[in-house]
Amino acid sequence: MAQTITEKIIAKHTEENQAKAGSIVSAKVDLVLANDITAPLAIKELEKAGIKTVFDPEKIALVPDHFVPNKDIKSAEQAKLLREFAAKQKITNYFEVGRMGIEHALLPEQGLVKPGDLIVGADSHTCTYGALGAFATGMGSTDIASAMALGETWLIVPQTKLFNYRGKKRDWVSGKDFILYTIGQIGVDGALYESMEFTGDAIENLSIDGRLSMCNMAIEAGAKNGIIAPDDATKDYLKGRVEGEIDIIKSDEDAKYVQTYDINVEDIELQVALPCLPSNSKGVSEIEKTKIDQVIIGSCTNGRLEDLRTAAKILKGKKVAKSSRLIVIPATQNIYKQALDEGLIDIFLESEAAVSTPTCGPCLGGYMGVLAEGEKALATTNRNFKGRMGHLNSEVYLSGPAVAAASAIAGYITSPEDID
Amino acid sequence: MTIKGKVHKYGANIDTDAIIPARHLNTSDPLELAKYCLEGLDKDFAKKVEPGDIVVAEENFGCGSSREHAPVSLKAAGVAAVIASSFARIFYRNAINIGLPVIASPEAVLAIKGSSQVEIDLEKGLINVEGKSIKTRPFPEFVLKIIEAGGLMNLTKEMVKNSKL
Ligand code: SF4
Repeated sequence: MAQTITEKIIAKHTEENQAKAGSIVSAKVDLVLANDITAPLAIKELEKAGIKTVFDPEKIALVPDHFVPNKDIKSAEQAKLLREFAAKQKITNYFEVGRMGIEHALLPEQGLVKPGDLIVGADSHTCTYGALGAFATGMGSTDIASAMALGETWLIVPQTKLFNYRGKKRDWVSGKDFILYTIGQIGVDGALYESMEFTGDAIENLSIDGRLSMCNMAIEAGAKNGIIAPDDATKDYLKGRVEGEIDIIKSDEDAKYVQTYDINVEDIELQVALPCLPSNSKGVSEIEKTKIDQVIIGSCTNGRLEDLRTAAKILKGKKVAKSSRLIVIPATQNIYKQALDEGLIDIFLESEAAVSTPTCGPCLGGYMGVLAEGEKALATTNRNFKGRMGHLNSEVYLSGPAVAAASAIAGYITSPEDID
Repeated sequence: MTIKGKVHKYGANIDTDAIIPARHLNTSDPLELAKYCLEGLDKDFAKKVEPGDIVVAEENFGCGSSREHAPVSLKAAGVAAVIASSFARIFYRNAINIGLPVIASPEAVLAIKGSSQVEIDLEKGLINVEGKSIKTRPFPEFVLKIIEAGGLMNLTKEMVKNSKL
């Protein structure tokens, strides 16, 4: 029977080699992820259940990134718990400060994600890895504790919505704009429990960084996973990161989709999502002049090299508006180093931006840029829920790096076209 | 198992940042998390909630992050069950895994008023409210298995033991 890529990958991980949308299966996992917020709960659960060893210390990734470098004593204790657990269990993929990065930028970069893999993580944005043709989904700490113990998990095989993007995108438009536009169309529960499969010539022409941004936000439409079939660009990206043959799985031509959307990307303008939902997206030209107190360029959505290059191109020779402040956070240590080598960090510093070591930090209102009452931020992150970045009466607007950089210069939300 | 309690009713898309803001995630202590339960939505919730109360909401309850701290804080605050028109999937799994009953029923949500007293019969999948008895979809088999085992970790423990035989 014809199958979607998601069904094929899940099937490959079951004993019966079967997975049909709607059925419940027990599936083997290739990688289990947790971070400094979710791992402590998982570790406690394992201890409570008296489970002494994980199923495979090489198939677990622990990344302290949310409040690390430690923001306060409590978060230091959580990071310590993680560190000690990693040492005791001999977890090979534990990433200490100085080697770490935001998990969803880090794992693909480190070659821990391959097409055809089945990955579960105690973080909702685990769905990011679908960009490389893996089935990846977020779960809670107890689910992850169970997966760490058993090397398997239960899943309801999702049905799939197909999003076909065609045409040539406009200047400055990125994967972030595609996904904000799409969530604007279908809403924050538009793909609840389902798989979002992205395809079409505009996706083939999209960089891997752009694809990662798109799949990252599948959860913002309620989806279980986002996925893009691997192609030559995927293979190029994996070269030097992943050894051995790469399993190229694609949906069958006659696979069944619950719905198919046809999107002409020529219609997609640079996007901004207004508070307090990612689905409140609009073209930047439709946004009234909105003064911005703080701009954040970073996070697992848009802290990658391509994002920093875009921002630097716009910021070069310009200064951040006096009424605003810009914080740039490269998503991993390697991205940081490469940005340094390419002179991007210099451009940021010259433009009077603050540049930080990798961390989730302000994305979830943790530290490194928490908002005061009444403040407005524009961020390249993925969530603009009420109070997400600080005070309950502060507001977050979402965009890609181009609008973020331009707005930092202007001091209000604007497009790079309007910056001379 | 029957749950009977007074209702706290809210709208759609109640996200996990509203249930437990991230600034409180530097701990995983349930009682500590309970103090800030629903702080992002209703500042006084933690003060007014009483053990056995039922939270009712519209579509997509628990959307956003995967933080298990969200259902943990609700449960530790005394919430006995959540009824919503629909749930975000990670929240739904998390709630079941930690033993917080969650029931998706648009019909019940329509019938329940802010001032209602609600009675839930989990085994029969019945919600009694305002003189009506509303039938909900019973839990799928695997969920019942988790509930019967007393949570996912107990089931895991059994499975680890069995695999070692
Ligand atoms: S950058 Fe933000 S969204 Fe991404 S993992 Fe960190 S906190 Fe979550």
